[in-house]
Amino acid sequence: MSATPHPDPHAADAASHGGDGAGHATLRGYLTGFVLAAILTAIPFALVMTGAIPDRQATAIIVMGFAVVQIFVHMIYFLHMDARTEHGWSLMALIFTIVMVVIALAGSLWVMYHLNANMMPGMPDMSQLP
Amino acid sequence: MSMAAGARPEEIAVRTYVAEEAHPHAEGDSTSLGFWIYLMSDCLIFAMLFAAYGVLGGNYAAGPAPKDLFHLPLVAVNTTALLLSSITYGFAMVAMQEGRIGRTQLWLAVTGLFGLAFIGIELSEFADMIREGATPQRSAFLSAFFTLVGTHGLHVTAGIVWLVTLMTQVRLHGLTAANRRRLACLSMFWHFLDVVWIGVFTFVYLLGVLR
Amino acid sequence: MIESQQAVSPVFGRLTLEALPLHEPIVVYTFVVVALIGVAALGAVTWFRLWGYLWREWFTSVDHKKIGIMYMVLGIVMLLRGFADAIMMRLQQAMAFNGSEGYLPPEHYDQVFSAHGVIMIFFVAMPLVTGLMNYIMPLQIGARDVSFPFLNNFSFWMTAGGAVLTMLSLFIGAFARTGWLAYPPLSGIAYSPDVGVDYYIWGLQIAGVGTTLSGINLVTTIIKMRAPGMAMMRLPIFTWTALCTNVLIVATFPVLTATLALLTLDRYLGMNFFTSDFGGSPMLYVNLIWIWGHPEVYILILPVFGIYSEVASTFSGKRLFGYTSMVYATVVITILSYLVWLHHFFTMGSGASVNSFFGITTMIISIPTGAKIFNWLFTMYRGRIRFELPMMWTVAFMLTFVIGGMTGVMLAVPPADFVLHNSLFLVAHFHNVIIGGVVFGLFAGMNFWFPKAFGFRLDPFWGKFSFWFWVIGFYFAFMPLYALGLMGVTRRLRVFDDPSLQPWFVVAAFGAFLILLGILSFLVQVAVSIKNREKLRDTTGDPWNARSLEWATSSPPPDYNFAFTPVVHDVDAWWDMKQHGYTRPLAGFRPIHMPKNTGTGVFIAALSVILGFALVWYIWWLAALSFVAILAVAIGHTFDYRRSYDIPAAEIARAEEARTRLIVAGAAP
Repeated sequence: MSATPHPDPHAADAASHGGDGAGHATLRGYLTGFVLAAILTAIPFALVMTGAIPDRQATAIIVMGFAVVQIFVHMIYFLHMDARTEHGWSLMALIFTIVMVVIALAGSLWVMYHLNANMMPGMPDMSQLP
Repeated sequence: MSMAAGARPEEIAVRTYVAEEAHPHAEGDSTSLGFWIYLMSDCLIFAMLFAAYGVLGGNYAAGPAPKDLFHLPLVAVNTTALLLSSITYGFAMVAMQEGRIGRTQLWLAVTGLFGLAFIGIELSEFADMIREGATPQRSAFLSAFFTLVGTHGLHVTAGIVWLVTLMTQVRLHGLTAANRRRLACLSMFWHFLDVVWIGVFTFVYLLGVLR
Repeated sequence: MIESQQAVSPVFGRLTLEALPLHEPIVVYTFVVVALIGVAALGAVTWFRLWGYLWREWFTSVDHKKIGIMYMVLGIVMLLRGFADAIMMRLQQAMAFNGSEGYLPPEHYDQVFSAHGVIMIFFVAMPLVTGLMNYIMPLQIGARDVSFPFLNNFSFWMTAGGAVLTMLSLFIGAFARTGWLAYPPLSGIAYSPDVGVDYYIWGLQIAGVGTTLSGINLVTTIIKMRAPGMAMMRLPIFTWTALCTNVLIVATFPVLTATLALLTLDRYLGMNFFTSDFGGSPMLYVNLIWIWGHPEVYILILPVFGIYSEVASTFSGKRLFGYTSMVYATVVITILSYLVWLHHFFTMGSGASVNSFFGITTMIISIPTGAKIFNWLFTMYRGRIRFELPMMWTVAFMLTFVIGGMTGVMLAVPPADFVLHNSLFLVAHFHNVIIGGVVFGLFAGMNFWFPKAFGFRLDPFWGKFSFWFWVIGFYFAFMPLYALGLMGVTRRLRVFDDPSLQPWFVVAAFGAFLILLGILSFLVQVAVSIKNREKLRDTTGDPWNARSLEWATSSPPPDYNFAFTPVVHDVDAWWDMKQHGYTRPLAGFRPIHMPKNTGTGVFIAALSVILGFALVWYIWWLAALSFVAILAVAIGHTFDYRRSYDIPAAEIARAEEARTRLIVAGAAP
């Protein structure tokens, strides 16, 4: 056993292609992602800070839409997600996680909203208080 | 057992086991998938914090509301810092693939500085809020806010500690296969935190101010 | 910081001599017994000079087989503790009639039922299930170890660390008196100002780190380390269920971690997540913890379904009936288990629409489970069934579990649940599925795989004693609880007013006594088997004429599991190899690359226990110190790049020759 890290050709091989989360990083990819991300961040901030759209609910929906798109941009350009990484297992894990997150988030909000509506019917909506 | 002994043709051996391999599963082959799965589990921690914020985020208890507390220009600066740290980490990864140690280290250092800036701004924001009486104890909304944003901040802090550790290891051993693997994992971690931050600035800050 | 009623000393926090429960005679006796056993065990280890051996070969081992065995030992030791709690409760409830207060004071009784639940789920069922998966799954997929061997060792020690902290509460301070899920506001600082809930929180958080990391590790192992030819639809069914269970672990234990963290923030920093003031919502805790809690029961039961499948096909001498449907049923259960959590709190008041949604999803989840029962029945149908112990447990499971499943569907009907919620009917139901499902399966698995792990079979005579005591004891202990629950008796009661209920509780206590005999018989079974190990020796590596790859190697397997990685052509890979006239390769060995042992996992887990202890008692300097030490050890570990070594070919040749001699000796009359 030498003092240097194990000179394993397979390990080097595995790190340089295919099995790697950041395997296909290119300067071009990062720059594209960055520009898109910057735009997708700037617009919602501008919308909210200037109040360009008077309808708050519409603004909220648009802002959320931008967030979803930006998450996709980050996934593709920064996290290099595609159907080939790890033979698709990374993507599978991601989709499974998203399903779980949506179930847990939406479920909690639904359950707790109904609970509040049923159990505290006389209470004013807290968020409308000063 | 009946089949253990007795000579059989060569092809049975070929059919039933691999004779010519020393390393069927190279060391570190699983690392990036395993780390990705870890990130997925971390994602669920954040999901729960978002759920708590979603449920409790309107419960101000007659205390301050997002409109009174959040300063969007500061959040925009902070978001910019984090976004810039993402692209600089990307540059570090590109330099790493080209095998340039000095350049990798430089971009890693820049990334760390942006990370520090992010943490610094966040802490000053927290300090301002607490000074104004908007402490985590003040209302369920503030408990949920500080916990969600603070947990993200703690992750970034852990990322910076890890970054410094990795820079030391790259200095000691160079861009070996093991170090490349580690840098790739930290890259995933760093970009993952960026994705979480998109959720934070959208749902907590922007929608909070809109409310 | 919350102002506590007690003074907090800068050196000892709130830890004083008062914390030693000297006023509780039962705890003092327990302490004396535990201390004597402990001193005897430590003395024996020292006397026989085993410390070095244990440290080198076991505690620091990264071998998945040794870690698996350590998990099993942890689970069985904790079973004794958890069962002691159980029989104390049964005794109390059988006695506390006609004005009698029983023998347990309220603050002690409440700790007993809380500790019983926590220990049985987290430190008995989880380690036993994880231990079997750790030992068997890599062998079944033809791998030499898991993906992250060091992490595996670390995970085990974190689980053990959580158990140590929980056990510590018995002798220093007190455990939670809140029930096993510690609902707020009762578990909040206002109503539980003492250390009990803090022990609960930190014990579970430390163990939770281990469980989550072990889940990540085993999922990655199944995805990445399969032998050539083992496509997903050729995975042995136990490995499939292990995969789904570990996916659930990865997806749900973070939820537990987050929920407990929020409770911690409430308790330590005075935040208002689950308080009743300042906009907090105690019901949010109930909602969040069951998002973890319901998948958790499937985490326990799925691998056990895998065990029954392996046992049923092996002892029926047939391929598993409906392998594909079994896989799909497992996957469907995995996803559905995430959609039913609200059935644990129908009565909370979310209304008809929410309750009917979760009631329906709960009923749907019984369909794939029912499909599995039919698959096992059809596997047995027209098979040449050998009623060895694992098969006996499997049949007992099928009969018992169906009852538990049906009462579960009853509870899934919201209006019925409004009557049965929090009653002993519920207690009977979940013991019915956990004992009749998980525990029976663990015994099936232990009897099935014991020869693989140790090279000799478990004694069937005492095994049958254990089996009959357990099964009959279960029915005696829990069928009365169904009846009591239907009569409206709620759970966790310490004394009773209605004397007509007493006979039922006496019968239940008798059942618990039979289960005690079952546990003792199991311990005797192990002892007798060790004594008679030469007679029970498995020389072949395949004592049951079984079907999957773990039986292709010797019993116990060598460190490297397989001298050559097997190539898989069929679901029943080893059966297929036997059918095609497999001969064991006797030459041509090559060096095998293996991970090196390390003590880092032990150190970090020990420091975590100290950290947890310091946090429980508000000893802030010790908490800070141990936290920094954990960071230092963890980071220091990453500077060690030399984590593997090669087993030389000559050593492998020697090991394989020894096996050949053993097979020859075993084949001789």
